Amino acid sequence: MNRLRAITPVLLLLAGISCGPQQERVTVLKFWGFGNEGEMVQPLIREFERMHPDIRVEVQQIPWTAAHEKLLTAYAGGSTPDVCQLGNTWIPEFTVLNALEPLDRFAGASATLQLDDIFPGVLRTNIIDSALYGVPWYVDTRVVYYRKDILQQAGYEEFPATWSGVLKASEAIQRSAAAKKKVAYPFFLPTNEWVPAIALGMQSGGNFLKNSGANGNFSGPEFTRAFTLLSEFYAKRYSPSGMQLITNLYNSFSDGVIVMYITGPWNIGEFTRRIPPHQQKLWMTAPLPSMDSLTPGISLPLGTSLVMFRESRHKEAAWKLIEYLSSVETSVRFYGMTGNLPPRRSAWRDSALASNVYAAAFYRQLQRVDPLPQIPEWEQIVIRLQTYVEYVATGTLAVPEALRRFDGEVDVILEKRRWMVENAR
Amino acid sequence: MKRRTMSLLLNSGLFLIGLTTLAPVLWMLSASFMPSGEAGTFPPPLFPSAPTLEHYAALTERLSMMRYFLNSFIIAGSVTVVSTLLNSMAGFAFAKYQFAGRDRLFGALLSGMVVPAQVTMLPLFLMMKEMGFVNTYVGAVIPGMASIFGIFLIRQFVSAIPDSLIEAARIDGGSEFRIYRTVILPLCKPILLTLALFTFMGTWNDFMWPLIIMTDQSNYTLQVGLANLMGEHVLDLELMMAGSVVTIIPVLALFLVFQKHYVRGIMVGGVKE
Amino acid sequence: MNAAPRAAAAWIFLSPALAVIGIFFVLPVLAAFALSFTDFDIYALGNWDYFRFVGFQNYVRIFETPLFWTALRNTFYFVLAGGPLSVAVSLGTALMLHSKLARFRTFYRTVFFLPVVSSLIAVAIIWRYLYHPAHGLLNYALSFAGIGPVDWLGDTAVAMPAIIVMAVWKNFGYNMLIFLAGLQNIPDDLYEAAHLDGASGWQQFRSITLPMLKPTTVFVVMITVIGYFQLFAEPYVMTQGGPLNSTTSIVYLMYEQGFRWWSMGFAAAIAFVLFAIILAFTLVQMLLQRSVKR
Repeated sequence: MNRLRAITPVLLLLAGISCGPQQERVTVLKFWGFGNEGEMVQPLIREFERMHPDIRVEVQQIPWTAAHEKLLTAYAGGSTPDVCQLGNTWIPEFTVLNALEPLDRFAGASATLQLDDIFPGVLRTNIIDSALYGVPWYVDTRVVYYRKDILQQAGYEEFPATWSGVLKASEAIQRSAAAKKKVAYPFFLPTNEWVPAIALGMQSGGNFLKNSGANGNFSGPEFTRAFTLLSEFYAKRYSPSGMQLITNLYNSFSDGVIVMYITGPWNIGEFTRRIPPHQQKLWMTAPLPSMDSLTPGISLPLGTSLVMFRESRHKEAAWKLIEYLSSVETSVRFYGMTGNLPPRRSAWRDSALASNVYAAAFYRQLQRVDPLPQIPEWEQIVIRLQTYVEYVATGTLAVPEALRRFDGEVDVILEKRRWMVENAR
Repeated sequence: MKRRTMSLLLNSGLFLIGLTTLAPVLWMLSASFMPSGEAGTFPPPLFPSAPTLEHYAALTERLSMMRYFLNSFIIAGSVTVVSTLLNSMAGFAFAKYQFAGRDRLFGALLSGMVVPAQVTMLPLFLMMKEMGFVNTYVGAVIPGMASIFGIFLIRQFVSAIPDSLIEAARIDGGSEFRIYRTVILPLCKPILLTLALFTFMGTWNDFMWPLIIMTDQSNYTLQVGLANLMGEHVLDLELMMAGSVVTIIPVLALFLVFQKHYVRGIMVGGVKE
Repeated sequence: MNAAPRAAAAWIFLSPALAVIGIFFVLPVLAAFALSFTDFDIYALGNWDYFRFVGFQNYVRIFETPLFWTALRNTFYFVLAGGPLSVAVSLGTALMLHSKLARFRTFYRTVFFLPVVSSLIAVAIIWRYLYHPAHGLLNYALSFAGIGPVDWLGDTAVAMPAIIVMAVWKNFGYNMLIFLAGLQNIPDDLYEAAHLDGASGWQQFRSITLPMLKPTTVFVVMITVIGYFQLFAEPYVMTQGGPLNSTTSIVYLMYEQGFRWWSMGFAAAIAFVLFAIILAFTLVQMLLQRSVKR
């Protein structure tokens, strides 16, 4: 009896929570935002709601570390949102699941969305089997950040256009640092990042996989060339071979302990904030060097797209949200708030971006990006690659052996895909 | 003389261990009141220079901590009520009834405790999906509605109740359920309280199952919400500490008040005869 | 003696709990076992045509996966280093608290138990900050002893030890209470008799305390080992299995494979391999105990 009396208020509370005030004729959209964007997008969403009084948007913020699991659990549990942002390397996975709504019909009828205004390489990452599954929201690529002054002292007025140039510059920097009895790592390549290795691989010709993406081809000539070049940086101590030596990137950069580093657009803001004011004139960005002399070298089309889930019951309203968030004005505004780069070229011409000296390298780089293999296993594969970068960086394995073993792992990961290809499904 | 040095050594040792044990918790409490950015300075401060409640305010206003608190409370409360009932009935049956296969069944149940819980989580999730309980309170509560450890605890305790009491009640002409209600339950109050405490605290602190079953942020429990917060605000030390305090305090308070019962439960359960 | 209706009543009392355990525990375990013989993954999730029974392929694949061996090594490291450490600390504090010379016993008992009741997430968060290489309290304290800043969670050599220390801190109170109960069960006159015989404190400890504590010790070791094999939440919150997979445990690997990469058949196989390992360990322990008794 006592227990029943104890439960009753709880039950009443439960009932009260589940019955909210009913809102007729207002469409409620569920939007999932990840990471920083999840928080930053809220004012934009409020503006969207003002423009569309019959649509309300519930925003859910999820950290990137949990985003992948949450999305798949939602899919399995049948509770996907209407719209969410999706890293464009994840689009192949969700297409395989048949979870995403193709957007061609919406894009075709749209007045504001001009697909050919988007950087072609980035747009291609959203197209699977000739259907459009996402609209790029912001783009990300990787360029080199470097200390202008230190490079000048080593005799380079412009950033080297080729990797052999970079190696020579690194040697010069290292020599001059040694002469001053200082420690310097001319080119910082953290061993927990797969991007430099893959970028080099693409510049060497790609071909990461063979047999229609059913086997790994990392021990093939192209990636071997790329990985060997990468290993040279570690062997010659141009880059530290462990994680623990650089605890604070920005301090190391301003101390000249690191001179060059491949990273993404968010660091424009970070460098501006964290490098001391008197050193602000000393750093600059440049597109990636290339293997031959076709400048700039190819980089990766990363970034985030807005996608719509097939199970959404408010597709028209969901499209309006996508259209709004990806419009030129909104992406310019978003850039102002977050430093995230707009995917539409006209946005770059008309705004503060046009005069941002650091962003210029990104603009040039984005013209030279090629999509990665669009298979669901890709992310799993590149995360394993990090382990092999470390093996090679620490000298535990020689390049050919490392790549042979890595291909072995890749083949195991791709076993299912191989079966599917062989059975021609 | 020797006795005094022994005593000194022993008690200083205890003090040091106590300090080491408490230090992280105390620092957490202190940092939660520090203004933003202060806890991360060097050298690390031990006390807030200007104590502030801003992080607690942020947690409740901006970051839905009250919602998570409510979810945790509802789920832990429901599990506690249901499982205490179910476990006590089963424990009573194992202790005081003779039936075919009783000991073998009990042994089989005990051996189930060796199975790591994570093994069940994948199929359980798929099962919940089929039943439509993903992202619901029901889904979060169901797996906890009975527990092998709870049955074991009750059984140990009830075994010690003299059979004569039960026989007397039977002679008086009571149904079995009436015996359970009027004889067993009142005598079991101490262990029931202990079990309820164990269950509430265990469910409150549970992390993995709520993480998997709740897909909507508004349904997160405190633990999941806290882990989520960590992913976002990892640089916001003071806020994270405040979040941790909120997560720990309720269960800590419960423990401090009901210590005796909780400790007794471990000793009953731990010293197997 | 009315045995039959009594037995029926017993089953009525048992059935709700048994039903819950049967449906929501036993059934999932069996289902997981079945799942481990299939290749249920992201492709199968999207389309049942891509679902296969693959026999022991998953289990074979486990042994072909280098990351599994890393996880196995890490888990054994955690169990074999952390287990004895945890038991030793628990026994040590229990002995200290049990001593007649100890003061403020209840207070200390409460304090030592605090970490046990605190939520693991909150504890992991606090310790993550304590371990910070530049601003953490631990390195600050160590700097007074002249020990340079250690990147506890970023250096592959110390990350697992860091997690072990935290796990021991969190759990020692629980086993301490069990040891205390065991110690309290040892009759005082045994010690008095030994004292009269002229035995030293250390001799008393070795010939009375330790042997009388054996069943308790065996129990504590068993539950600690079983618990430690299931290491998951600490790496999940503190290190995400890193740095460079040095804190990836078997359960963490299972979670990643199952919930991140959605290779559920493969993940289920990993879970059962873990179960087999724990079972083997438990059986070995029980056999050892029985043979020593003889």
